[in-house]
Amino acid sequence: MAVIAVLIGCSFIIAVGFLIAFIWSVRSGQYEDKYTPSVRILFDDKKNNQ
Amino acid sequence: MEKTPAVTDTQSFCFHCGDTIRGERIEHEGKNFCCSGCKTVYEILQQNNLCTYYSIQQSPGNTPSSIEISRFAFLDDPTVQQQLLDFSDGKISRVTLSLPTVHCSSCIWLLEQLYKLDTGIIESRVEYLKKKVSVKFHSEKTSLKNIVILLSSIGYEPELQLDAAERKMDSDITRSLYYKIGIAGFCFGNAMLFSFPEYLGYDATEEFLRSIFSYLNLLLGIPVFFYCSQDYFTSAYGGLKRKIINIDVPIALGITLLFSRSVYEIISKTGPGFIDSLCGLLFFLLLGRLFQSKTYDRLNFDRNYTSYFPLSVTTKKNGVETTVPIASLKRGNRIVIRHGEIIPADAMLLQGNAAIDYSFVTGESTPVEKVLGEMIFAGGKQAGGVIELEVMKEVSQSYLTQLWNNFNHSSRENGQLSELSNTVSKYFTVVVLFISFGVLAYWLPKDVTTAINAFTGILIVACPCALAISIPFTLGTTLRIFGKNDLYLKNTGVIELMTRIDAVVFDKTGTITHAKRSSIEFIGTELTQQEQDAVYSLVSNSVHPLSMLIAEHLSAGHVTVDNFSETVSKGISGTIGGKEYRVGSKDFAGVIFSPGSGAMNESRSYISISGEVRGYFSIKNLYRDGLSEVMQTLGRKKTLAVVSGDNESERPRLQSLFPLGTDLQFNQTPSEKLDYVRTLQSSGKRVMMVGDGLNDAGALMQSNLGFAVSENIAQFSPSSDAILHGAQFDKLPEFIRFAISSMRIVIASFVLAFMYNVVGIYFALQGTLTPVMAAVLMPTSSITIVIFTTLTTRLLAKRRGLL
Repeated sequence: MAVIAVLIGCSFIIAVGFLIAFIWSVRSGQYEDKYTPSVRILFDDKKNNQ
Repeated sequence: MEKTPAVTDTQSFCFHCGDTIRGERIEHEGKNFCCSGCKTVYEILQQNNLCTYYSIQQSPGNTPSSIEISRFAFLDDPTVQQQLLDFSDGKISRVTLSLPTVHCSSCIWLLEQLYKLDTGIIESRVEYLKKKVSVKFHSEKTSLKNIVILLSSIGYEPELQLDAAERKMDSDITRSLYYKIGIAGFCFGNAMLFSFPEYLGYDATEEFLRSIFSYLNLLLGIPVFFYCSQDYFTSAYGGLKRKIINIDVPIALGITLLFSRSVYEIISKTGPGFIDSLCGLLFFLLLGRLFQSKTYDRLNFDRNYTSYFPLSVTTKKNGVETTVPIASLKRGNRIVIRHGEIIPADAMLLQGNAAIDYSFVTGESTPVEKVLGEMIFAGGKQAGGVIELEVMKEVSQSYLTQLWNNFNHSSRENGQLSELSNTVSKYFTVVVLFISFGVLAYWLPKDVTTAINAFTGILIVACPCALAISIPFTLGTTLRIFGKNDLYLKNTGVIELMTRIDAVVFDKTGTITHAKRSSIEFIGTELTQQEQDAVYSLVSNSVHPLSMLIAEHLSAGHVTVDNFSETVSKGISGTIGGKEYRVGSKDFAGVIFSPGSGAMNESRSYISISGEVRGYFSIKNLYRDGLSEVMQTLGRKKTLAVVSGDNESERPRLQSLFPLGTDLQFNQTPSEKLDYVRTLQSSGKRVMMVGDGLNDAGALMQSNLGFAVSENIAQFSPSSDAILHGAQFDKLPEFIRFAISSMRIVIASFVLAFMYNVVGIYFALQGTLTPVMAAVLMPTSSITIVIFTTLTTRLLAKRRGLL
């Protein structure tokens, strides 16, 4: 049954990975503007002029 | 919000902005424009291959206001820049500008292509709902001033505000709420999983697994207790300090006991603890908080005069014009105000034709003409040519702005925690504490372990989670339903205020009258059809508000006008069929004798044909539809009053519209309006003020509940608790009734939540509350409440026709 401890450890690490991804997404401002990106994606000739 | 003009006849609509073309039509490459501003924008876009703008939405443009580059000169001032820029390292700078005219997807597209129009701009990003654009640029290649001028020239003039200290605060609060929900949700899910084996039962051989799961659970509980619960502890502490037992007190108590008992049980290996219940509790509570925190980003409920006045003004000294910030304006300075600019301080007219539009102040949109030497109050907008004035009072001492100086903002309670929940939680906490200590006293002599178990168990299970989320979910839903009906509330606390109002005070102009629509009739010798055509053609050439109203009223056939000329703030003239037509003020039309001078709320446009005065168009404000019914309904239970800045001429009409005994006050100054509200309050009334202009701002702030009525939600409205679209004015009694039923739903869900508590307490009393029971009971009660409140609220809204 010791294998369960290993599996739990793995699953926990994966879950923490997703939590970190969520925190990153909030931090990068993805929850601040939930409308504009949905319009922006429909524009055709989007070229980045850096 | 979306502008969808009926472009059936492309001849009469501007290709750029979609407005009806009045006056001279400008043709360019087979396209029609209403003004040269629109044509210029089209040309700029065409030169830069940006005509995709017109293919995303039809006629997406805004008519650019005529811009005087000198107006923005103050933007080169380093201290001003420092206040406006988000970030600057000398080479690259970033600025976030608020653009009130953003309205469609074409706007997003164009504003994100700014780098094509100015090579100094690196990138621009639009936040559509907030109507903001954030621009990153090379400080050496371009400047803040250039960017503002560029935006203004394509019809997106930024609303510049220096006192933007709070602009970052908001997003930080919502961000931390997202973090907390994310962490609480994560811990909730995992803790449930780790608790399963415990609930199913272990073999004796699996003791080591039991301790792994217990400690993992404890690990999950730590961030939830120390991070996610923070707000509840601070709020409970804040409440206790003010000697109020708010709903967060029993919650904080429950959370603390849940956590400490779990820590004790896990470390002493006496039980599995309640970590899963703790995480679930916080997850639901925070969800409620998120649901409640719905805000209307594009609306601003806390504006004062500074967000409406310009940042700078042109002064003239020895013939030299300089731009200075309005704060440094001194008495005796000579200022220059151009068409469309706002007068920032009380001043005396020295030169030029002043036609002052006080629509933001009083709600009256017809310009008022002033003569030389006359005092002009701050807040008016010049409609006409250039005028020069001498400042009589500093900005902060002006007639209008004084309202804000005398006003103490903190006198108004604006918390999210409602009075109702505070009252309930006070009794609730006392009862729960009483029961738990009683039980402790009962068990202590018999069995210490059971005594502790029962004591903590009661406080845990009585934790008013379901109680605490019934308000956010009911009122959050109500807030959204109001939003769909064009009533925008500042926060959910306003709904409860709406149910407690017993006096309503109305402003007149712009509030109970239409700000835009007017009733027009012609008084004088009847015009023939031919003459009507001629007058119509003449006034169609003018963009003066009165001309536009008359044109709409007549809508006759079009004939050719020769020798058209417009004298600013006087009138227009032209030759049609050999006869000279003059439309305008008394003197302009050549009136010598006029029977009875016009009432205050009436504007007159006189007509003369070949030197003979034929009569005048009388333009009066129109009362809103259904006004009488609204007032009769409201008047049944509440005291009504009207405070108006106008004279008494409308008294008989208002008396017939309002229920008997309504107090009608005329000739009221802004501070008298404020005092009127204050007097009502001191007689024990809870006052709702309904107003629209800056002159109502003091009364709106003083009242218990301030409603601003606005024809255009995105545009200026004074600071208030709610913004109501003018077209929905007749629904006002319905809105108040719906707020009352929402509060009833809250009470019903309180009862439901209590029943769950009673079940929980029944087990806890005997010291037999097991973690599995808590784990089932707490989420179930929360989910029941969420479903019950949102469903009944929406159902009720549907039955009332609000959804």
